[in-house]
Amino acid sequence: MESEPKKETEVAPALIAVHPDQSSVAVAVAVGPHLRVFDLAAGSAASLIDDSDAVPFHKDNIRAVRFAANGKLFVSAGDDKTVKVWSTQSWRCITTVSSEKRVTAVAISNDGTFVCFADKFGLVWVVDLDPPLLDKKPAPLLSHYCSIITSLEFSPDGRFILSADRDFKIRVTNFPNKPLNGAHQIQSFCLGHTEFVSCLAFVKSSQECPQGLLVSGSGDSTVRLWDITSGALLDTCEVAIKAGLLESNGKAEEHGHAVTDLWTVRDGLLVAVAIQSLHGIVLLNCNVSSQTLSVAKVVSVAGEAFVPTCLGSSSSTGNLWMVTGVSSLPGSNNPSLARVRVISGIDGKQESVVLEDESIPGGKKLLETLQGTASVDDNAFLAAAEAVKAAMYNLLIKKQYPSENREYRKKSRNDRKLKS
Amino acid sequence: MSETEINPTISKSTGLPRKRFYRARAHSNPLSDSHFPVPISPSQVDYSLHYPQLFPSSGQADSSKKIQFADVGCGFGGLLISLSTLFPETLMIGMELRDKVTEYVKERISSLRIANPGHYQNVSVVRTNSMKYIPNYFEKGQLSKMFFLFPDPHFKEKNHRRRVISPFLLDEYAYVLEDGGIIYTITDVEELGDWMKSCLENHPMFEALTEKELEADPVVKLLSSATEEGQKVARNGGQTFQAVFRRIVPTNQAS
Ligand SMILES: C[S@@+](CC[C@H](N)C(=O)[O-])C[C@H]1O[C@@H](n2cnc3c(N)ncnc32)[C@H](O)[C@@H]1O
Repeated sequence: MESEPKKETEVAPALIAVHPDQSSVAVAVAVGPHLRVFDLAAGSAASLIDDSDAVPFHKDNIRAVRFAANGKLFVSAGDDKTVKVWSTQSWRCITTVSSEKRVTAVAISNDGTFVCFADKFGLVWVVDLDPPLLDKKPAPLLSHYCSIITSLEFSPDGRFILSADRDFKIRVTNFPNKPLNGAHQIQSFCLGHTEFVSCLAFVKSSQECPQGLLVSGSGDSTVRLWDITSGALLDTCEVAIKAGLLESNGKAEEHGHAVTDLWTVRDGLLVAVAIQSLHGIVLLNCNVSSQTLSVAKVVSVAGEAFVPTCLGSSSSTGNLWMVTGVSSLPGSNNPSLARVRVISGIDGKQESVVLEDESIPGGKKLLETLQGTASVDDNAFLAAAEAVKAAMYNLLIKKQYPSENREYRKKSRNDRKLKS
Repeated sequence: MSETEINPTISKSTGLPRKRFYRARAHSNPLSDSHFPVPISPSQVDYSLHYPQLFPSSGQADSSKKIQFADVGCGFGGLLISLSTLFPETLMIGMELRDKVTEYVKERISSLRIANPGHYQNVSVVRTNSMKYIPNYFEKGQLSKMFFLFPDPHFKEKNHRRRVISPFLLDEYAYVLEDGGIIYTITDVEELGDWMKSCLENHPMFEALTEKELEADPVVKLLSSATEEGQKVARNGGQTFQAVFRRIVPTNQAS
């Protein structure tokens, strides 16, 4: 197994997560199996401690990272079929959960007591962190039948868990008091995307809308706004067209402009959107009372090939962190690649600017830690963006096989081979 | 009807499509990729295609009337045909994964419509994978009855996840069923019968119908007699195992 060459789908995009505290006390980047954390308060790399194993802590590509809403926990998970829960105080791994299948997404309940993760077969599992034992058994929570779950998210009031999949679906499920018995009550399905759903984020609750509004991004090059109580589609923003990436008659078959990540700032009144092929981000205004999305502006990264693969920020600093990169470049000896950039003034208080390396929080030291190197080769990042795009395409887009190919595919399918 | 004379796939004596022209593989793998169109959401199901006499204008579902019965894995459609006349005011649909079998049911319905003007207008069939696309066809609480008659048994333990009744799929069925809606299951495979019953018993949103309720429900009698599979089992003198449950509001929100 180990020596087998990696398939294209096994290329993983670089990920970023930012501690939710105002001061952004830590920033984490995951690229390939490597997890790197920079402690902004200390001004140095955090050293992660995991009793159970040697470095790297994950044995295969990391597919999901996130901080708990209260900032006390951090979770990393991925293709090595483990979910690791870290204390952000000590950066010690407090629990390693084994999954039967590869892990595609994680979420932490708002009170920090439950970690949920989705596996490659569309099953969502839940782990009770109380009491915090080293070896925890997950219980099945819900399932998307034979789909790949791309994103998991709790609603701001904690009542619902949302799961998005490659079959264009977003499911909103009541998160029960005793989730270890499963989550059986479906509140709604948000249906309207015409390609895989890639990312979810919330516009925080307000008086007008206690549940909060949901925004989702998709392979159909749109960002959509939803009422999760009813599943009603409130608005659709053709971000790729609006950002000038696609002609308005652009064909749906063209998958070059999938929305890959979303991040809400100012409680969601602004939504930062990463789109494949866009060297920068699109900022959307979300108007809660009229329930509409509109493009505020496009912030471009000039001077280098920077197509963000993941976004993050803390609640109110006005800095949007972006990473681009890939676990490995197929056909190249390059190890993993990661590049971090920051846009300041994202909260609209000042003009938004893409910060130069020397002026980003943590400076060169942070970049060395998170990127693995301070210097970057521009060409490699162009290739990285292409590799990430191809991997996403292969993993999530439905292929239409002509019938003669279908028979062939059946004969050569891997799961059949394994049996014999 | 001159049309049936030139069409060899239609039987001269009955005017119905001949099954031998619609033979298909015995089993389909519900896990394989889809090759059929799927509506993006229930509001995009084109009722005028399914029920042309009741919805003459093309376009989206008239909000006044919606499909209320779903026969999941309907096979050759025998149950739907019986239900169509028993509940002439109710819209019903069969969901079937196999292409040829779906085509057969379509032909069967259109022949019946031609032979019996004004009847069978409330019944239709769609080719789809019910295990993936139920929420694309029905809204929350839209259905009053769901049928799972003689589903494929998938004996091997590792294939249990292919079964159409499973703890997770019941969450979706509970979602599309209205409060008080009924789920009907029957099989001639004892092990599968036990499995379906225990899945339903263990689910917080279903409760079994009482003996009295079962007797009073005219549909229960059809379970073993109306479908092709049921008739085959009856001919061979086989035993059947049924489980009929009602969708309830869970007593404890937490469960
Ligand atoms: C044994 S037959 C029973 C047919 C019919 N209910 C009867 O009683 O005669 C089971 C049927 O379910 C269909 N089926 C299996 N999995 C399905 C799925 N996921 N979605 C729709 N139909 C399915 C099969 O193609 C087959 O026609």
